[in-house]
Amino acid sequence: MKRFTTHHPVWSVIIAIVVAVILWLIFAPWPAGLEETFGRKRIFLNAVFGGITLGALYFLVAAGFTLIFGLMRNVNLAHGSLYLLGGYLGFEISDATGSWLLAFPVVFIVVAALGLLLQHQVFRRMDGQDLRQTLVTIGLSVVLADIMLWIWGGQSYTILAPDWLSGPVELPVVSGVGKDGQPAWLRFPAVRIAILVAAIVIGVAMWLVLNRSRLGMLIRAGVDDREMLTASGVRIQYVFLAVFAFGAGLAGVGGIVGGTFQSLSPGEDTRFLLASLVVVIVGGMGSIPGAALGALIIGLAEQLGLVYAPTYSVVFTFLIMALVLAFRPQGLLGQGR
Amino acid sequence: MAIEARPTAEKSWIEQVAPGWWAVGLILLAMPAFAGDFVLFQVFGWTFVLGMIALSLMFLAGYGGMVSLIQMTVGALGGYMVAILGTSGTALSLGLPWWLYIPAAILIASLFGTLVGALAVRTEGIYTIMITLAIASAFFYFTRQNYGIFNGYSGFNLVVPPQLFGIDWRQPVPFYYLTLVCAALSYAAVVYVARTPFGLALQGVRDNPRRMAALGFSVTAHRVAAYTFASVIAAVGGILLVWQNAQVSPGTAGIPQVIDILVIAVVGGLKRPIGPFIGALIYVLLRVFSPDVLLAFGLSGERFKLLIGMGFLLIVFFSPDGVLGLWEKWRARRAHAVDPLSGAVRDTAGGGRP
Repeated sequence: MKRFTTHHPVWSVIIAIVVAVILWLIFAPWPAGLEETFGRKRIFLNAVFGGITLGALYFLVAAGFTLIFGLMRNVNLAHGSLYLLGGYLGFEISDATGSWLLAFPVVFIVVAALGLLLQHQVFRRMDGQDLRQTLVTIGLSVVLADIMLWIWGGQSYTILAPDWLSGPVELPVVSGVGKDGQPAWLRFPAVRIAILVAAIVIGVAMWLVLNRSRLGMLIRAGVDDREMLTASGVRIQYVFLAVFAFGAGLAGVGGIVGGTFQSLSPGEDTRFLLASLVVVIVGGMGSIPGAALGALIIGLAEQLGLVYAPTYSVVFTFLIMALVLAFRPQGLLGQGR
Repeated sequence: MAIEARPTAEKSWIEQVAPGWWAVGLILLAMPAFAGDFVLFQVFGWTFVLGMIALSLMFLAGYGGMVSLIQMTVGALGGYMVAILGTSGTALSLGLPWWLYIPAAILIASLFGTLVGALAVRTEGIYTIMITLAIASAFFYFTRQNYGIFNGYSGFNLVVPPQLFGIDWRQPVPFYYLTLVCAALSYAAVVYVARTPFGLALQGVRDNPRRMAALGFSVTAHRVAAYTFASVIAAVGGILLVWQNAQVSPGTAGIPQVIDILVIAVVGGLKRPIGPFIGALIYVLLRVFSPDVLLAFGLSGERFKLLIGMGFLLIVFFSPDGVLGLWEKWRARRAHAVDPLSGAVRDTAGGGRP
């Protein structure tokens, strides 16, 4: 942080101003002039918080994707299928047992086991052949998508959140001023807050594991120089297995989350694959903080775009990606190639 | 395919063409004499069209080392432009004359392909797949949301080829010859360009970009130019595809369609320009006839995707060079079997193969 500010003083000032403006926009009551041009503050706040929650979901899905990519150079284009599979399984489990929480560990284990199987039986056989591995994931996504269509059909499912998470909560954020001059607080669905908190917890935990544990050290070393790590006696296949299983499991859990506050239907797999791709391209390939930043930016752009320019919300996402590619091809927090 | 059968002034060159190519060319030219309308229009017309789009991917992947998933989107944009600038059943169409809107459509689609290429070549290898797939999906979602230009979800219908020389080009036999000629021309163009200095430099860039840069070649310019050339072929293919279906909608370039083009190119083989056409033929045969076969086995006819995905997986697993790779392996083994004593691989290939 200190190094960044001394090296890029102009950028630091710009970032500080932007952050200050955003914080002011969120926390301060808006003056009347601003409300006239931008519409109600409540709408803006809902879009912002919706964007942050969507970003949290994107982060859950994209974190595994970027980890797998960073370590194994394998663009797992079946990642969206794992997401959708996790969602369907979560729906079945919570429907059968009535327990929403139970679905998480079960789905994580099942989808992670599928990831283990894939890594051990498929990708290990073509180690070092990036393109072939990627082609295999494409074939897998086609097959998985059709099998899921076969089993669950074309209708859309929504996973019901438990009672203690339904309904709104009041946030300590002013959404407007009531008629009697009292500030009105923003109300936001509790499920989304829970998802946001969970994503932050998972993100921090991942950061801790990556930066403070032996496994994390191995993974970081593998991302930087795989051959050297192998040469120094580490059984890299085990690291691969662990990372692939974890990334797959995370995608499966993301499926439950997505199925709870959005819906599950055929086609969601490619939607989330696209989201992961864009998030990872914007944030920087193979970087967990990059995935978090990219997910936040894309989630916000999508939701704000949906509110203020409904026809062109996809274009915003795409424009951000094109700008990043044009000026910083390795991604915002990428390490270079 | 049939271009090898074209007579030219160079006698020695004609003699180099293997007999098999003459046979293929003659059979393709004489096809309407014995094939039904369905086979001409649905099977072969579709094969040539998909083959052309996959050929543009094969050119980029095989000679340029860039696996681009944008080709179907470029083709769809060409089709959209034909619908928007030309005539369709929608009021949004401008109704320009054919000699204006066809070149304009190809030009716009190629421009788009070049722009995407300029973005994509900033990255390498598998990154290219990610970026082109992301742009292709963005195009799909954008056309689905945009009603002002692309007419949103429903797209354009009644997009038919112009009535030139008093012929309805959507009738099976004219359409068959139209697609055959276009496919043969693109095949010839790819074979020719691969042998030009540009094509050779592009293959050099594929094999060792740093050395080519040190030799004074502009790596980026060659790659972007390759995208431009491939986009022209994809655009022509896309326009023909739209004419065949008589409609264009976001689903024309949806993610499954984008992936299908990759499947076709990989199944056929990315090493030779003929590969995409073989892949396209296999794909079309599967698409057209697998519902019947699946029904015969008591499965629902909708499961053809599963069949195609499984076939693709098997090919990638056992023969990364596609069906052509299998064929070559088999031939090499046979050649070895013929001459076990000397151990030398007899050259049974013959001339004329690109």
